[in-house]
Amino acid sequence: MVSTMRASESRPAAVSQDAPVKLTIRDLTVKYGGTPALSGVSLEVREHEIFGIIGPANAGKTSFLKTLNRMDVFDSNMHVEGEILFNGRDIRRWRNIYALRSRIGVVFPLPVGLPLSVYDNVALAPRLSGTNDKAELDIIVERCLTRAALWDEVKDRLSSLGSLLSGGQQQRLTIARALSQDPDLLMLDEFSIAVDPVTTMRIEDVLKELRQDMTIILVTNLVQQARRLADRTAFFLDGECVEIGITEDLFTGEIKDQRTRDYVEGRFG
Amino acid sequence: MFETTSLNTRNQRTQTLFRMLFGLMTGLLILPVLMILATLIYKGGPALSIDFLFTGPTHGMTAGGIFPALLGTVWLVTVALIVSVPLGVAAAIYLSEYAADNWLTRVINLAIINLAGVPSIVHALFGVGAFVIFFRFGTSILAASLTLAIMTLPVVIVATRESLQAVPLAFREACWNMGATRWQTIRRVVLPNAVSGILTGVILEVSRTAGETAPIMFTGAVFFTPFLPQGIFDQTMALSLHLFVVSTQVPGVPEDLPYGVALVLIGMVLIMNSLSIAFRMYLRGKKKW
Repeated sequence: MVSTMRASESRPAAVSQDAPVKLTIRDLTVKYGGTPALSGVSLEVREHEIFGIIGPANAGKTSFLKTLNRMDVFDSNMHVEGEILFNGRDIRRWRNIYALRSRIGVVFPLPVGLPLSVYDNVALAPRLSGTNDKAELDIIVERCLTRAALWDEVKDRLSSLGSLLSGGQQQRLTIARALSQDPDLLMLDEFSIAVDPVTTMRIEDVLKELRQDMTIILVTNLVQQARRLADRTAFFLDGECVEIGITEDLFTGEIKDQRTRDYVEGRFG
Repeated sequence: MFETTSLNTRNQRTQTLFRMLFGLMTGLLILPVLMILATLIYKGGPALSIDFLFTGPTHGMTAGGIFPALLGTVWLVTVALIVSVPLGVAAAIYLSEYAADNWLTRVINLAIINLAGVPSIVHALFGVGAFVIFFRFGTSILAASLTLAIMTLPVVIVATRESLQAVPLAFREACWNMGATRWQTIRRVVLPNAVSGILTGVILEVSRTAGETAPIMFTGAVFFTPFLPQGIFDQTMALSLHLFVVSTQVPGVPEDLPYGVALVLIGMVLIMNSLSIAFRMYLRGKKKW
């Protein structure tokens, strides 16, 4: 059985349970048209925490991420209710959603290498926020690509198209791009779906490093990935947050809800 | 284990049959184009010369060149482009990138499609009413070009919108998630990848504009004028109208003259198209995802 596999030894110690709160979500409900995608989700994410979200398809995981950076504004079909406090401020009252989004990095399930050069992919976010100084951009690009464990592979072809890199490289490019925003919060949505196992492990190592500088929300359909990385994990099912707990507890039997147990142990419908 | 069954053989035969059928249809399509070109070159070729291109008509338009008409067409097309390209591209960007999918947008889209279906003679009458009379532009290049611009707007809008929508949504979402505004996304990611498609629309428009006769007949193009146009308020000759005139309205025109005019008109369009194809291939070579 999968869940008996040992978690990675290098797993960092969990963030203490009294670390400051980064994100508070109260009674979050999302509807597409009339169809509910999330109903009444409440949870807290602490600073420098890696917060895992697991659950089957259609559980509302992606909708959850989309509400956090106000993508509902660009989707007239999407209706959000509830309260989201980011650094203590209600994000629905942020006057400038672009400023909010620039502080939240997002990595998608499928890598999105923009049809720009590798360099321009990473320099895009700084340029959007007004950094045009070549020397400064050079530093940002190198730093972000290095942190995303991609620099060595692309440093000699920074001017070739980002969309021509391999899938695993493009996913690391996407991470480098998210890092170039210098985000407070990094959200990863099933980042390893189109990535080979070796690259997945490299990215997981990168995430362990990154947590020192930011809070990470990791949506994953790999239960073991949550186990390897997340301090706490929430289990979403059918738009509902069934259970939230210290990740390791989910695997050692301290589970309150039978549905969570079934999912974690791979016995799900 | 790998024997060919009778079903395999039949499938193979059907496949061959259909390939030949479709190939034949394609051949039939190309045939008229080749025949038109061959006829024009054979009959109009002898009329062509540098003098033909760069002198005016003489002897009651039964001899001489076509320079005023050639220049007039260039004027008409240029002014029409200056009006319709910014207008059409802007409208297409709005429809594709900003407008919500509601009944108003759908009505606008429907209107654009209908505008494309309006016969050119109706556009001509509209041009007379609106530009020549109401706006008091008189019969002028401006009035004729505006009429042409309105007639060809749907081409630009549809081509631009299609090429914008060919840019994957994931690119936009990636940008939005970084905190880019819609406009920043359009300028940095969407437009650069849609340029080749937009260009195709513009070139299609040029071809159509250069060839249209009805919309300019009453709005700005004239039978004959000894003067070259000096500005947008002048009347002008135009190739398409000139072709109509020398083919049907003037007695005693040698046979190769109208063919020569037609050849120049077609040649202009073909050169424009080839240039655009070359430019598009260059742009497409740079774009990959």
